[in-house]
Amino acid sequence: MKTAAAPPTRQDGAVPDRKALHAIQEKIQACIQCGTCTASCPNEFAMDLTPRRLWRMVLMGETDAIFTSQTFTLCSACYSCTLRCPRGLPLTEAMHDLKQMAYRGHMARYKPSTAFYGHFMNTIRRHGRIRETEFISRYFLTMTPSQPLLPLGYTGLGFRLFRKGKMAIEYPFAAPGKRSLEKIFQKVESMEASA
Amino acid sequence: MSYLYYPGCSLTGTAREYDLSTRAVMDAMGVPLTELEEWTCCGASAAEACSELLSLALPAINLAIAEGMDAHQDIMIPCSACYLNLKKSAETMRKDPLARDRVNTVLAENELTVKGTVKVRHLLDVLATDLGADAIRDKVTVDLSHLTIAPYYGCQCLRPYPVFDDPEEPRSMEPLIRATGARLHPWQMGAECCGASHMNTKMDVALELVHAILQAARGADAIVTVCPMCQMNLEAYQDKIARRYGDVSSVTILYLPQLIGMALGLSDDALGLQLNLALSDHFRNKSKSAVNA
Repeated sequence: MKTAAAPPTRQDGAVPDRKALHAIQEKIQACIQCGTCTASCPNEFAMDLTPRRLWRMVLMGETDAIFTSQTFTLCSACYSCTLRCPRGLPLTEAMHDLKQMAYRGHMARYKPSTAFYGHFMNTIRRHGRIRETEFISRYFLTMTPSQPLLPLGYTGLGFRLFRKGKMAIEYPFAAPGKRSLEKIFQKVESMEASA
Repeated sequence: MSYLYYPGCSLTGTAREYDLSTRAVMDAMGVPLTELEEWTCCGASAAEACSELLSLALPAINLAIAEGMDAHQDIMIPCSACYLNLKKSAETMRKDPLARDRVNTVLAENELTVKGTVKVRHLLDVLATDLGADAIRDKVTVDLSHLTIAPYYGCQCLRPYPVFDDPEEPRSMEPLIRATGARLHPWQMGAECCGASHMNTKMDVALELVHAILQAARGADAIVTVCPMCQMNLEAYQDKIARRYGDVSSVTILYLPQLIGMALGLSDDALGLQLNLALSDHFRNKSKSAVNA
């Protein structure tokens, strides 16, 4: 049986998948570097590469620059750039594609994001719906060796949610339930492996 | 007028009051909801960050369930992230036969088939377009004219699919809020991003975004939301933001159907008001005095 939580742990420097990058290049080929994406992005203030520069790096195939930058993990999927892009490019979708490359490539420098999403996916894989306590406990278990104080930022909120009955006490290693999506996930994995 | 109803995971847990108040308001308005049988998670913002195929297939499971139940009823969804995921999957299933074949190969594992024919609607769309402010005004029994409300739309009910509102300068909540008797807080932050799941993975960035929203809401008695993630980000970190920036005080955050339900005279219990994380005494007193007005 596949158990949970094999969140990405491989070392940095995993070779990015050229084929996946080509697919993104095709999507954004018509980029004219106007910078509307950068001007529309609410998270740009925290990015090391502006969105416009990131798309330039993608078009030039500069994988080192792309995958040392945190820019794509700072996309919060607000779709402002997608809406405003004068060339009508699916920029938010291209950000998702880069996140998927980082996830599949087990790139350690993106661990806070990939571990968060990975544990979420593993929880719904087993139970069909999210179990908040189980998901967050597993995320913290993965993160605390490198960031021991991380859970403290959320402890107060956790207690308030328990008190309101909005989060349940859950055993974080419960067996898969009747809504398990195991077969769906396995099929997707086999199709993606043969693609 | 009746709908299939997809609550989504948040509405069974951290956003229970959104589920309670949605059902209560629809019931009071005489609109029957039929919950999707054995629905499963739409993939939230996680699937799209892990696998393109899963990000289409997980919502498609629920589209297939809906199509099997009643292909003529729209699915109504209160959560903006669930709404966008199901909407995007339905559009893709309808327009892209290759993607539909791939997804149906996956869904065959659960003996399901999707066509993409069912129409996916956000709760706000249903309230503003199908039900309309006049129908609500006719049923208002409590005067909320003491209250000033800031409408907050967030992102994913507006973008990238501009279905029922202007995706940059949304107005669809305004007639609904006016119908309750409340006044509108003038501001420009209604369609700005709250940071979404950054609050869990990049908290400093999300706090910055939420701070700007709370700051612009000064003078309003409450902000109303139409998304569990927006609601949580705006209500749960107010103390932290007040300590860090020193220029915002606590403000009540309500789901839109909670505000409408108050005007319809529904009880606090029915609307789940005891479950909100940021419901100030100021707001409680003011809304109580509105009742007696």
